[in-house]
Amino acid sequence: MALATETPFHVLAVDDSLPDRKLIERLLKTSSFHVTTVDSGSKALQFLGIHDEDTCPVSVQADQLEVAVNLIITDYCMPGMTGYDLLKKIKESSSLRDIPVVIMSSENIPSRINRCLEEGADEFFLKPVRLSDMSKLKPHILKSRCKEHQHHHQEQHQQSDSNSNGSSNPTNNSSSSSSDNSNSRKRKAEDNEETSPQKNRSRHS
Amino acid sequence: MDYSNLRRQITSMKKSLFDQGYLDEQFNQLEELQDDSSPNFVEEVVALFFKDSSRLLTNIEQALEKYPQDFYRLDSLVHQFKGSGSSIGAVRMKNECSMFKAHCNNRNLEGCRRSLQKMKREHATLKQKLETYFQLLRQVGPRERAVNSWK
Repeated sequence: MALATETPFHVLAVDDSLPDRKLIERLLKTSSFHVTTVDSGSKALQFLGIHDEDTCPVSVQADQLEVAVNLIITDYCMPGMTGYDLLKKIKESSSLRDIPVVIMSSENIPSRINRCLEEGADEFFLKPVRLSDMSKLKPHILKSRCKEHQHHHQEQHQQSDSNSNGSSNPTNNSSSSSSDNSNSRKRKAEDNEETSPQKNRSRHS
Repeated sequence: MDYSNLRRQITSMKKSLFDQGYLDEQFNQLEELQDDSSPNFVEEVVALFFKDSSRLLTNIEQALEKYPQDFYRLDSLVHQFKGSGSSIGAVRMKNECSMFKAHCNNRNLEGCRRSLQKMKREHATLKQKLETYFQLLRQVGPRERAVNSWK
């Protein structure tokens, strides 16, 4: 079941500097990404729908899921929550850990770069970020989507194995949500988006 | 209308900004991001930089005069200034920020004060030059501006 979507990939950009936010937004838009910018790590977490403890019920997360984030790009040096702190929070979250994260910094400090990569950052950009850097983003998004498809296929295989007589399983969604990761939740949101307009059509036609 | 004279002025002004070290390659990067969908992008980013940096300069000045000086905070303020300056290609500003940072690290208050005065001068000069540059560009109009041949 392929979910064909023409929508551009959505990047969440985090930077406390206003001119830098404008620049990264322009770079991303020029590279055909849909962009949301926020000025702090805590606002990023708010947007992503996670709080200090990852205890959000699915209903609370619904809004965030309709605007699924495909990649997060964040400045390293920010007051309060640094880009590194944000990276850690994202990787600690079962719902967000598969979203690729890119760190930007104006300082070329190898130990800093290594620490970020070890914590799970997919890429490290030296500021000022250039247009040529944007081409490095899509491969990370596609790689994480591949993982998503693999998970989904694995879950489907597991379900068909556990089903007797191959009968249709109307509780498909609920069994995948028990694995509790962002991939299945995102898929669920996409499923909902797909089916609801069709429901409306059959009612009114 | 004959834009060739205006174009010559713009080209020569830009060249001198680069030759005198006010701007570097990053400014070209900004200009390359400007197009029909975002025809005033460079001017807008630069305006944001000056708004942001004016605030930072005020904060730095206040922080310098507050006793005892919080060099950690000063370093953080200058770091922000330096970062956004380098985002628009303001290389002389960036270099002066590096000097300030060095004085900060040495807790050299006098050095910081001297450096701040230089930063303020560079800031004012760059602002004035870029305002002139953008004024010239505005006279040329968006269609002409988008032409790369005379960059």
